[in-house]
Amino acid sequence: MGLLLLGIACVAAGGIAALAASRSPARASRLAAAGVVTGAVLGLVAAGRVLLTARTEELVRAWDVPYGAIVLRLDPLAAIFLVPLFVLSALAAVYGTRYLADEAAHHSLGAHWFHLCTLLAAMAVVLLARNAVLFLVAWEVMSLAAYFLVTFSHEREEAREAGWTYLVATHLGTAFLLAMFVLLGRAAGSLDFDRMRQAGLAGSPLATAVFLLAVVGFGTKAGFFGLHVWLPEAHPAAPSHVSALMSGVMIKMGIFGLILVLSLLGPPRLWWGGALVGIGAASGVLGVLFALAQHDLKRLLAYHSVENIGIITLGLGLGVTGAAAGLPVVSFAGFAGALFHVLNHALFKGLLFLGAGAVAQATGSRNLDRQGGLLRRMPWTGGTFLVGAAAISGLPPLNGFVSEFLVYFGAFSAAVAPRGAVVVALVVIAALALIGGLAVACFAKAFGVVVLGEPRSTRARDAHEVGRAMRGPMALLALACVAVALAAPLALRLVAPAVAQVATALGVPAAEAPLVGATAAVTAVVWVFLAVIAGVALLALARRLLLRGRAVTRAGTWDCGYAAPTPRMQYTASSFAQPLVDLFSPLLRTERHETVPEGPFPAPGSFASHTADLAARAVYLPLFAGAAKALGSLRWLQHGRVQLYVLYIALTLLVLLVWKVAS
Amino acid sequence: MTGAALARLGAALLLAPLLYGVIARTKAFFAGRTGAPLLQRYFDLAKLLRKGAVYSETTTWVFRAGPVVSLAAVLGALALLPMAGAPAVFGFAGDFVLLAYLLGLARFATVLAALDTGSAFEGMGASREVQFSALAEPALLLALVALARNAHELSLGSILGAVSGETWRHDAAALTLVTAALFVVFLAENSRVPVDDPTTHLELTMIHEVMVLDSSGPDLALVELGAALKMWLLGGLVVSIVVPVRSGNPWIDLGAFVAGLLALAALVGVVESTMARLRLLRVPALLVSAGVLAALGLALMAEW
Amino acid sequence: MFEAHTLLVGLILVDFMLLASSRLGSCIRQVAFQGLLLGLLSLAEHAGWGAPWRSWALALGSIGVKAVLFPWLLRRALRDADVRREMEPFVGFTASILVGVVMLGASLWIGTRLPLPAGVVSPLLVPVALFTMLVGLFLIVARRKAITQVLGYLVVENGIYLFGLTLAEDAPLSVELGVLLDAFVAVFIMGIMIYQINREFDHIDADRLTSLRDEAS
Repeated sequence: MGLLLLGIACVAAGGIAALAASRSPARASRLAAAGVVTGAVLGLVAAGRVLLTARTEELVRAWDVPYGAIVLRLDPLAAIFLVPLFVLSALAAVYGTRYLADEAAHHSLGAHWFHLCTLLAAMAVVLLARNAVLFLVAWEVMSLAAYFLVTFSHEREEAREAGWTYLVATHLGTAFLLAMFVLLGRAAGSLDFDRMRQAGLAGSPLATAVFLLAVVGFGTKAGFFGLHVWLPEAHPAAPSHVSALMSGVMIKMGIFGLILVLSLLGPPRLWWGGALVGIGAASGVLGVLFALAQHDLKRLLAYHSVENIGIITLGLGLGVTGAAAGLPVVSFAGFAGALFHVLNHALFKGLLFLGAGAVAQATGSRNLDRQGGLLRRMPWTGGTFLVGAAAISGLPPLNGFVSEFLVYFGAFSAAVAPRGAVVVALVVIAALALIGGLAVACFAKAFGVVVLGEPRSTRARDAHEVGRAMRGPMALLALACVAVALAAPLALRLVAPAVAQVATALGVPAAEAPLVGATAAVTAVVWVFLAVIAGVALLALARRLLLRGRAVTRAGTWDCGYAAPTPRMQYTASSFAQPLVDLFSPLLRTERHETVPEGPFPAPGSFASHTADLAARAVYLPLFAGAAKALGSLRWLQHGRVQLYVLYIALTLLVLLVWKVAS
Repeated sequence: MTGAALARLGAALLLAPLLYGVIARTKAFFAGRTGAPLLQRYFDLAKLLRKGAVYSETTTWVFRAGPVVSLAAVLGALALLPMAGAPAVFGFAGDFVLLAYLLGLARFATVLAALDTGSAFEGMGASREVQFSALAEPALLLALVALARNAHELSLGSILGAVSGETWRHDAAALTLVTAALFVVFLAENSRVPVDDPTTHLELTMIHEVMVLDSSGPDLALVELGAALKMWLLGGLVVSIVVPVRSGNPWIDLGAFVAGLLALAALVGVVESTMARLRLLRVPALLVSAGVLAALGLALMAEW
Repeated sequence: MFEAHTLLVGLILVDFMLLASSRLGSCIRQVAFQGLLLGLLSLAEHAGWGAPWRSWALALGSIGVKAVLFPWLLRRALRDADVRREMEPFVGFTASILVGVVMLGASLWIGTRLPLPAGVVSPLLVPVALFTMLVGLFLIVARRKAITQVLGYLVVENGIYLFGLTLAEDAPLSVELGVLLDAFVAVFIMGIMIYQINREFDHIDADRLTSLRDEAS
């Protein structure tokens, strides 16, 4: 525990030092990165120790806030979330030193680094806090720090708007959390999580209310579809290393919170699992569909975060279903898949956002249709982006497959169990399969259009590889994606204590070693991975030998006899996705603006498409417009006199006070 | 055990191209032609392997890696398929997910290689390929889950081993639905009529063939071999269900399996001779129906 | 050491002087004097605390901040901003005093009805705290200049501090922390407000902030 707190202190100190060194942006960046990397190493050692020994470390101190004490606890569940937090934050910080170097002229880097370090430290405290007040304070600090990071480029209208959207969303979510903790605290008579757990709420209507509040409150942070509207705005607006951290780690705090509250509530109801599976399926499928329809690389990645949160939630839903239905194998595999995917998503989504940042910096645009042919100009970025794209699509032999496999494994176990949740299993399998296929489509589009082919703009043609401080983190993350996949049984063993902790808290009957089946399967999967990799190597060698000494010539791309193809004739991102977008048009409702060339002497034609967010368009915009209209009649209250505003406050307080003492 | 499995893998490698010969001969029979020799695909492969290669100036290492990765992935998937009653080279609980995803890897590699050429035609083919396979994947997995539910087991060996004449008598309806779903997936994934027409050379109608327009020489040979193995693989799934011969004598089992595959190829030839290709816009409906059939099969199989 | 009762009565008088004074300078002096009284009060109230250094630290801290530092900052702001010295009230001075009487009555009534921890030294403590807060709010509402609003916030803050003293024995650390945080925020807001308003508008009439309001669309 001491080591971890020291690590967090290092991170915080890095931020403060950067703030103090604001005058020299380069020094501020270096100081902050040094603090974060040092803190991350210390934190990783502490978290790794807990995962290896499955032991819990704790720190309890009295404080003056009523109903509880300062309780910080490093248990396996917290550790499994701390690992991606520290890994990604160290790499993102190093990347950021180079990424931000050109921004130093317009923005204060010291303040940026301070907020970044605050975000990291606050997230670590969120994971450790076992008292509601402490948790909420850390949660709020985390949310606010992220707001300042999103609005880094505050001179741009879109960044400011994204910041507001995020701020409103996160506070609405926190409001639900506040209500939830009040309910829990009243029932337990204490704000310490341990006392809440002992309150024995399982099965009561209160538990259901708490569950629903947690789903909305934490779901807003995690980005469940419907509550995700801030996500595709905030991720593209933030600097890329911040997007990587927000998408890779911060939204997982929502997942962590949900698991935490579930474990406070004890044995779940069966329908909770079904509800989570439903949410997961909707988030996963709709997330990837909206990703397919995007033209902005970072927006596309943001929607994929919604998708991956969906996959994680499918795993959680299976875990809860298994716990409620008395199927330990299902429960363990579901939770293992979810927690493993948390780690994996941090790795490959972090990698992809860093890659997107490199691309945007090299070509000056995030628009997919302005890229192309980057693999030859940026071999490192292109190559690592390929690894990330394959991993996020869940393709073997990479880490994304392993965690999805565990979720599948849980679903199959549920499907073949004699008494079981066949419908839940069916939904999980169908959703995962569809998500998998669509994700392949989406990343074939993203990678193919951005990195392969011919450049579609002059900036893309003149692009250069990014600096070493940016390449290094990407390469390490790509390496980690492969390494985690090949060391999957080992990684699963590290996840196991956390899974056991959650499952025990949810009252899963302690069957003997319920992860044995999954571990054996994962081990076999890794053998097949190795076989396929060996097969690739052998075939590549055979191909090389066959071609040796033969005529290998280069020519233009065969365009079926057309003599003068240009880069503009390539398939674009929009055209690649068009069949799928059309197929799902009832959901996506892509708007098209086209001028069709007609007649023998046609005027210039044009085509543009835009896919607005379903939830924003169908729910939030009408809702807020309605609220604005309804409240318009109260506009006379707003007259700009500070004195009168204070009078309102004073009168309200006075009336409340009189009402209270008079009654 | 593994010896038998490896021998069957070898047989698959050796015999897979024959399926194309059977299809071609069936179609020639219906058209009243003599048709190409049964072994034509072998001659093609041998010729391609002896050639040099031409690469587009646009392409990078992704294009060269495409056929290699694709074939390796299909081989890996084939190593997971238990053939003719013998266990597969690799068999474990949930192995069919890996099988499906290895096919996904093969597809990803092919699609990226196509996009690497920067050709509009190949981009178009890639776009259609990912669309159809995204819809075929749920159907494939749901069909296999239905069979797993029948077997109460999670590894492909036990799942297919549990299908017997007895099962057909007992659960005929469910098995028929599942087989139908798998057959549609088989046709779609192998780019056959009614999803795709591999014989036309109008690029606009093609999916798979158009993606390899720029491949040549040994690369093209790898692509063709991969396609043949994929047909063997998915056909093998269908045949294992429809022809559940488990005599205990490996030669009889293997013979029945291969005969079943050849019959399946002939059936494909019949379909192609008697049906027209669907309009592209109608294909998703076909694939979604396959998924529905599989889900229905699962529902019938489940003893609620 | 000091008679708590006398100090509290002194505070009431200072509150009335605040309501009645027409000059910014004298207002600042009165707020400073109020800070001094508060500091002495914490000595008088808690002469019996276990650790005398705590009440001394509290007293010196609040005298230093409230009676010396803030008035000095305010006076400097006044000089830098170069404003006229009049208070420019919305509510006249006589009327303000009458309102003050009503507020004092209300405070005394509320003070009798609030459930309070036992052992509060003077029964006057809570009513005076409430009264001080109300006076502060009234100053904010009824005076035009931004700097008088800052003064108002300080008076409100003094009232809160006074109220906190009644609870100080139960939760000393949190009260002290709260006081410190309040003081910090007050200074912060003051600095920003005076500086920014002066820069943007060339004067410190909070009244003119009306031009920032969102126009009905």
